[in-house]
Amino acid sequence: MTAHPVANSRPIIDVRGVWKRFGAAEVLKGIDLAIRKSEVTCIIGPSGSGKSTLLRCIAFLEEYSEGEIYIEGELLGFALENGKRRRVSDAEVARVRRNVGFVFQQFNLWPHMTALENVAMPLKLARGIAREDAAKRARAMLEKVGLGHRAEAYPSQLSGGQQQRVGIARALAMEPHIMLFDEPTSALDPELVGEVLQVMRDLAAEGMTMAVVTHEMGFAAQVADTVVFIDRGVIAASGSPDEVFRKDENPRLRQFLQNYFERNVFWQGSGDVAVP
Amino acid sequence: MFDFNLIIKSLPMLLQASVWTVIYSLSSVAIGFCIGTLMCAAGLSASRLGRGVAAFYVSFFRGVPLLVQLLISYYCLPLIGVNVPSSVAAVGTLALCTGAYIAEILRGGFLGIPHGLVEAARMVGLSRAQILTRIEVPLAVRFTLPSLVNETTMMVKASSLISVVGVLELTRLAQNIATSTFQPLEIYLTAGAIYFVINGVITLAGRFAESRFRLETAR
Ligand SMILES: Nc1ncnc2c1ncn2[C@@H]1O[C@H](COP(=O)(O)OP(=O)(O)O)[C@@H](O)[C@H]1O
Ligand SMILES: [Mg+2]
Repeated sequence: MTAHPVANSRPIIDVRGVWKRFGAAEVLKGIDLAIRKSEVTCIIGPSGSGKSTLLRCIAFLEEYSEGEIYIEGELLGFALENGKRRRVSDAEVARVRRNVGFVFQQFNLWPHMTALENVAMPLKLARGIAREDAAKRARAMLEKVGLGHRAEAYPSQLSGGQQQRVGIARALAMEPHIMLFDEPTSALDPELVGEVLQVMRDLAAEGMTMAVVTHEMGFAAQVADTVVFIDRGVIAASGSPDEVFRKDENPRLRQFLQNYFERNVFWQGSGDVAVP
Repeated sequence: MFDFNLIIKSLPMLLQASVWTVIYSLSSVAIGFCIGTLMCAAGLSASRLGRGVAAFYVSFFRGVPLLVQLLISYYCLPLIGVNVPSSVAAVGTLALCTGAYIAEILRGGFLGIPHGLVEAARMVGLSRAQILTRIEVPLAVRFTLPSLVNETTMMVKASSLISVVGVLELTRLAQNIATSTFQPLEIYLTAGAIYFVINGVITLAGRFAESRFRLETAR
């Protein structure tokens, strides 16, 4: 676990009173969340509770309906004019979120490009880095995630774990200040989960600011500075792993953790398993 | 009866004219591809105006016979003060026509692209245009390659229609030779064979591209 940063430093991500509606469905109902530099925030909660939606709002892949999201002090997606908010241009959105990296559950590598091209292409196009330098940096990123030897492979020739590591390398190459992970290991065969989590552990140890939606409670317990439990669109519990996993008495949280451990622990009774 | 000598004698001229056929048809497919891509993107965009324009464009150029389109552009462009060589007007018309079909072909390809691939591109800062040209178009082309190759061979054949607006290409030249020698059989058979070979080469090139693309998805 990384040391807790000074509480008064400005958060990298500041989510204030955010609501998200899809038509009549209220998916996020007043979310407040601050993520500070070098902090790892793990977001847990039942399926359909709004975890992905929150992360996608922070990345502005979804337009939030109400509230404010600040990225390093800048309002994301909107400009305020006499108390009213106005949607800004796509280019302005891209500028404000330029330091936000996103890792998808389904990897979303571009299938017509090699691993190297997947990482190098955005460097060339979005950052204007010369071809040679982009390739060099992309190769270094692939090496960082342990895939230097697979640079020329197409995504279809890689295992799920390798694809996800390329996805991480692609995001890292842009030198983000914060990385968002949406269930990065949920699409993986169980034996491939470890290699991806290891890359994420290394990142956390280097001081990367991360928000991770995950069902890997072991990872959350070991790596997170803050664990956030989202239930039916609200943050129902949050705190240190110890507080959330052991102390918080929210019945929905306890039920959620109980279900999780019953699924995952088979060698002992479910008596004292609230701490993974 | 069957005059092989005439074939041999006119072959160089016919081949020369077939170069024009290839130039006219491939350039109209190339231009039509760009038009088709833009129309396809407009048709799938959030803009109502864009969707309306795309829908009208596609239904017009698919609904009116190409021959009529060629005659309209041949006779009407000068009336509205547009004086371009008839070959340019003809290629433009072919391009607009094939663009409508290509837009429809690509549409299927665009719709087959997982949205996450576009979101990933947005998250690494690619612009809308870069996403279109680097992600969506290459993938849509891969998904729809057989139909695109087919459309190209159709345009090689359709280019014979531009002979009616006085553009010299394979069919027009064959007509000229046939009327001056009174031996249409030999000439038209030769012209037909040349079309056949051109389209054979295009089909083979398409197969080659397909197998190249398959390497990307092979395990
Ligand atoms: N684009 C969308 N349109 C309509 N409803 C959506 C959309 N995306 C998500 N939802 C709904 O929002 C709720 C929360 O979804 P999500 O954030 O994906 O949950 P989680 O990631 O916690 O499993 C679900 O009920 C889902 O059906
Ligand atoms: Mg989700």
